[in-house]
Amino acid sequence: MTLVFYVASAIALLSTIMVVTRYNAVHALLYLVVSLISIALIFFVLGAPFIALLEVIIYAGAIMVLFLFVIMMLNLGEIAVQKEKEWLPKQMWIGPGILSGILFVLIVYTLLQGEQQWAIVEMIGPAEVGAELFGPYIIGIQLAGLMLLAGLIVATLLSKRVKFKEKTEKENK
Amino acid sequence: MNETFQHILIVFGILFGVLTLAAALIWIERRLLGLWQDRYGPNRVGPLGIFIVVADMIKIFFKEDWIPPFADKKVFVIAPTVIMFAVMMSWAVVPVAPGVVVFDVNIGILFFLAMSSLGVYSTVLAGWASNNKYSLLGGMRMSAQMFSYEVFMGLSLMGVVIMAGSFNLTEIVNAQKNMWFVVPQFLGFIIFFIAGLAESHRLPFDMPEAESELIAGFHSEYSGMKFGMFFVGEYVGVTMISAFIVTLFFGGWLGPVLPPFVWFFIKVMFFICLFILLRAAMPRPRYDQLLSYGWKILLPLALLNVLVTGGLVLAFE
Amino acid sequence: MISLLKSMWYVFLHMFSKRVTVQYPEQKNYLPPRWRGRIVLTRDPDGEDRCVACYLCAVACPVDCIALDATEDDNGRRYPDFFRINFSRCIYCGYCEEACPTYAIQLIPDFEMAEYDRQNMVYEKEHLLISGEGKYHGYNFYKYAGLAIKGKGKGEGENEAPPIDPKSLMP
Repeated sequence: MTLVFYVASAIALLSTIMVVTRYNAVHALLYLVVSLISIALIFFVLGAPFIALLEVIIYAGAIMVLFLFVIMMLNLGEIAVQKEKEWLPKQMWIGPGILSGILFVLIVYTLLQGEQQWAIVEMIGPAEVGAELFGPYIIGIQLAGLMLLAGLIVATLLSKRVKFKEKTEKENK
Repeated sequence: MNETFQHILIVFGILFGVLTLAAALIWIERRLLGLWQDRYGPNRVGPLGIFIVVADMIKIFFKEDWIPPFADKKVFVIAPTVIMFAVMMSWAVVPVAPGVVVFDVNIGILFFLAMSSLGVYSTVLAGWASNNKYSLLGGMRMSAQMFSYEVFMGLSLMGVVIMAGSFNLTEIVNAQKNMWFVVPQFLGFIIFFIAGLAESHRLPFDMPEAESELIAGFHSEYSGMKFGMFFVGEYVGVTMISAFIVTLFFGGWLGPVLPPFVWFFIKVMFFICLFILLRAAMPRPRYDQLLSYGWKILLPLALLNVLVTGGLVLAFE
Repeated sequence: MISLLKSMWYVFLHMFSKRVTVQYPEQKNYLPPRWRGRIVLTRDPDGEDRCVACYLCAVACPVDCIALDATEDDNGRRYPDFFRINFSRCIYCGYCEEACPTYAIQLIPDFEMAEYDRQNMVYEKEHLLISGEGKYHGYNFYKYAGLAIKGKGKGEGENEAPPIDPKSLMP
């Protein structure tokens, strides 16, 4: 299982680097999907299969498709790739590279220090997650629900506003 | 050692069985469509035309595998593999008979949902990578259709999960010993059936390929075995959705007299035939009709179903 | 919803109705006598070419699939030196048959003309010419036409008056 963890982490790291360095938005997104799936695998190894699959369903399956949808709508072609190249010259990478390098060193250091406490874990099933969410964390659930409701209402209102505008324009004519 | 061997046997048995069924569906679908449209369908090659499957395979393997020069090559090649991967992986959690399951986990339904949501990438990426207006339209339709229907596909299953008290498919089947879930969860079944149709993008919900408007949509540019992957992927998707309907609502392998595997097979075949009948009988709805139908009717119904089921289960506990 | 189920049920009932397919190679479809299929060149009752190589069919052809060249034999009869129809171009419209003044070119109820080699779709005169009279029996152009050929002078044909000498036509 430790081997699986390391392989998944390596894939996650590599694919995330690829996400940042791709000029083509769709390719970057594909690498992001791979990285999300490998992170789901890490969750799985760490004994949280419920979260792992939710990650795949919600992030890799739904949100990334939404991103892809938007990128497809924007119709980015060769010109966009050229622009990306101009916006991201080599010098740009130095700062973030150093910072994330320090972070990486820190992670490796802590991993070497803490003698694999995470390796022995119990499996947490969906029922436990549900009990936790609707027990101590009920406020969080309700806040998230409220926020989603607000989003839903605003989205409906926006689409309605367009229709209303069209109607008044017609009447004015 | 013996157990490992048995497990490997199950894996290859299910893989072989599913692929054979998917190949046989090439013939079954055409013959059934012919039957329902007052014609014969393929009846030349071999008895009743059954070797059309072989002929089709030979044709598809030896066809020129052309990648358009304007396509995004890497993505174009990856796209068809994704759908095969996703639908075949979904089969891993289906219990065919007691104990005969590849991957018996306590999150079986979630695994299925995850895999079916990954399957979207196949069509969306194929549509994008083809770099063709019609393909792109197909891909966009697919993405919108899939992620709206995924929502209540998941929600419609929650009633079953509440009643069985588990995400494990084997336990769900065992919970139906007294009564199939289709009786108390009829609404859930209807919603899941419609969402399943939309997920496997079969007629009447085949807006992404819509021959008459989009010229085969997302796979316009595909040929040879790459097209074959979409083709087989669609059929495996149909068997997969049928298998899930059977396990979740129609008691899986449960049934009198006959061995469990046979019962499972009969039930799955019934639903596959129903899918084909739908294809023969239904016209294609308009694209916006499909989406508004989903969000305005099916989603509230699915939510209501979850609410009522949860309430009743709590009340009677 | 009910209407959808109803339509499904009716489609399902089609399982028990008769199939309309004609199993073609074993079971032939009925072709009416006026079916416009393969083009043939017919002969007159005496066994000579009916075609007088007037080029009207080639002119009438909308896809220009007919090619011919006229020549004349010792008897003074015109006939096509070669007559070529490219059936891969032909659209079987029947205009050539309408244009033909001598019933020579005719369309017959035969459509089984598939070939493996496209070049074989070009029919020469020997492929087109049949030994019979086709759809119109007993017609012989030279017996009616006021045209002098060997063995028949002007005005000797059927329903023909002898030629009038214009110089004797005095009032």
